[in-house]
Amino acid sequence: MQAPRDFWHFDKDISGCGVFGVIDRARRLIPGSEPIAAMCTMHDRGNGLGGGFAAYGIYPDRADWYAFHLMCDDRDALERAEGVIKQFHDIRHSEPIPTRKVASVKNPPVVWRFFVTPKSNRPAWATGDEADYMVGTVMHINTKVPGVFVFSSGKDMGAFKGVGFPEDIADFFRLDEYHAHMWTGHNRFPTNTPGWWGGAHPFTLLDWAIVHNGEISSYGINKRYLCQHGYECTLMTDTEVVAYLIDLLIRKHGLTKREASWVFAPPFWDEVDRMPEAEREAFKALRMVYGPALLNGPFAILVTDSNGMMGLNDRVKLRPLVVAEQGDRVFMSSEESSIREVCRDLDRVWAPKAGQPVIVDYLPQGGAA
Amino acid sequence: MSADVMCDDKGFCVQREGERCVIDATGVYYRQLNEHIRAAMEHGVTDIEVVQVRGQRYIATAVEGDVRFTVRGVPGQDLGAFMRGPTIHVHGNAQDGVGNTMDGGRIVIHGMAGDVLGYAMRDGRILVRGDVGYRVGIHMKAYMDRVPVIVVGGKAGDFLGEYMAGGAIILLGMHSGMADAPITGRNLGTGMHGGVIYLRGRVPEYQLGPGLSMEPLDEADLEFLRGHIADFAAEFAGEFGADGTEPADAEALAVAILSEPFVKIRPFSHRPYGNMYVGTN
Repeated sequence: MQAPRDFWHFDKDISGCGVFGVIDRARRLIPGSEPIAAMCTMHDRGNGLGGGFAAYGIYPDRADWYAFHLMCDDRDALERAEGVIKQFHDIRHSEPIPTRKVASVKNPPVVWRFFVTPKSNRPAWATGDEADYMVGTVMHINTKVPGVFVFSSGKDMGAFKGVGFPEDIADFFRLDEYHAHMWTGHNRFPTNTPGWWGGAHPFTLLDWAIVHNGEISSYGINKRYLCQHGYECTLMTDTEVVAYLIDLLIRKHGLTKREASWVFAPPFWDEVDRMPEAEREAFKALRMVYGPALLNGPFAILVTDSNGMMGLNDRVKLRPLVVAEQGDRVFMSSEESSIREVCRDLDRVWAPKAGQPVIVDYLPQGGAA
Repeated sequence: MSADVMCDDKGFCVQREGERCVIDATGVYYRQLNEHIRAAMEHGVTDIEVVQVRGQRYIATAVEGDVRFTVRGVPGQDLGAFMRGPTIHVHGNAQDGVGNTMDGGRIVIHGMAGDVLGYAMRDGRILVRGDVGYRVGIHMKAYMDRVPVIVVGGKAGDFLGEYMAGGAIILLGMHSGMADAPITGRNLGTGMHGGVIYLRGRVPEYQLGPGLSMEPLDEADLEFLRGHIADFAAEFAGEFGADGTEPADAEALAVAILSEPFVKIRPFSHRPYGNMYVGTN
């Protein structure tokens, strides 16, 4: 499971990635068949070199344990990873991720999931909090253990991804058998980087999952900036930086999603110049501190975590994003047709403005629907 | 006029009534759908209704001649691209790339539309009841009597009319789902060197691209505008107005639309970029 050696030899087709997301704010469960059908509608946005889904609320009986999804070259690699995990965590449950044989999914890696809790007697050097410890474990496995990648590490959620069209990957991971209260899906059309299992979307860390249509031209500076903060990029796809940046900005530095979106897609300087003084100074400060976290290049991203979903476009809107509401459900997609495929009648449909995030949170637990 | 069943060589059949047929697009891949449409046209059908459309691309793309399409649902990218002659009515919202490099004919969207509508359009009309996305009418051009026109009832995103070389965009900002948004965004007409954009209301000067002027209309502009607004009002009478207060009668609607002042946006000079790279004049 390595990037193909001749990955630069791809023929170019005309296409673009596709993203889809749906959240039920009242946490009613949505069958996997819905995001799969929506992604099928956007089949031609990808070219079969990457598909994936993230699902929230799929492990209710193990919701207190971190769910590590691993992809491994072979059984030996899996054993190496298990040894590392055992060193730092208590494994509460361990099983292969259920799959079925799919003709179009060639040479899949060994996929496995561990439900873990961090050991109570952590090493003395582990000075951060529990989440830092989990991030450290993921980074350690992805950089140091050969032939293994952790592609999902949150609680009561999971990412499923690989090389194939999204409908093939869903079939492979038997996603039609899952129910979740929030889903995102991705159809990949790799442009600059290899189409390999680790490079498919979503990109995750803890309960963050990112799907992205576009390309992060600032990948190099973002990657170096993240490296200074203990995040190492190993998956050879630009979107990986978004997952780690969002963890750094929101979980570590305490920014809100709205503020993080100002870092990713800041207002233009001429717009800053027209702001009232206090606001102008705040935006200048944000840009000075977080310039290396700015995402340059075209993007439409869906960011999900245990609180909900955020959709965001780059500041000149070089990729499509449509949002729709129907009761407690909110949909975000590259194409309205994919939303209509699973929900014919919508209360409201709109295309958000460039750089303006759409932030949708779950309703308070036990609150009115 | 008799109803008969028309089948293509792949066994796909549609009910045909004289010049008219209805094609159900449920679960039909875009290539097959467009093959069916072509097959129907070869059978002499000139009035094609496509129902249950969800994302199929290239409907009516590069079709020539006097054919009438009615699309129900959400057509996919590049609806009516390169077409010359047909009329398309979309009952629903359209996605990106409507009328890409369109060469003539008419597209009427009884809903919203996405980005790059009318990209490099060379002739014909596109009328949209609601909002449109970013980069609408970019690279539009005109030659002699071939003057493309886009009329938008709602609001538009940034880069409206970017690099425009000819033709006209008329933006009303009235039937919009985005109450708080400005009528159009930044970089309005950036790189524009021909054609004209008419806006109902005004925009702040800083939204304009370089080398453009914003002026009141003269009598020739008003005459041009009256014609196109009458055309627009005739299409959307009874279904126009964000809050349902617009008159249902076409003439009264046209009067209501023209009751507010418009401005026109044009390049200051002829061929403002003529000497940018190589001196030619």
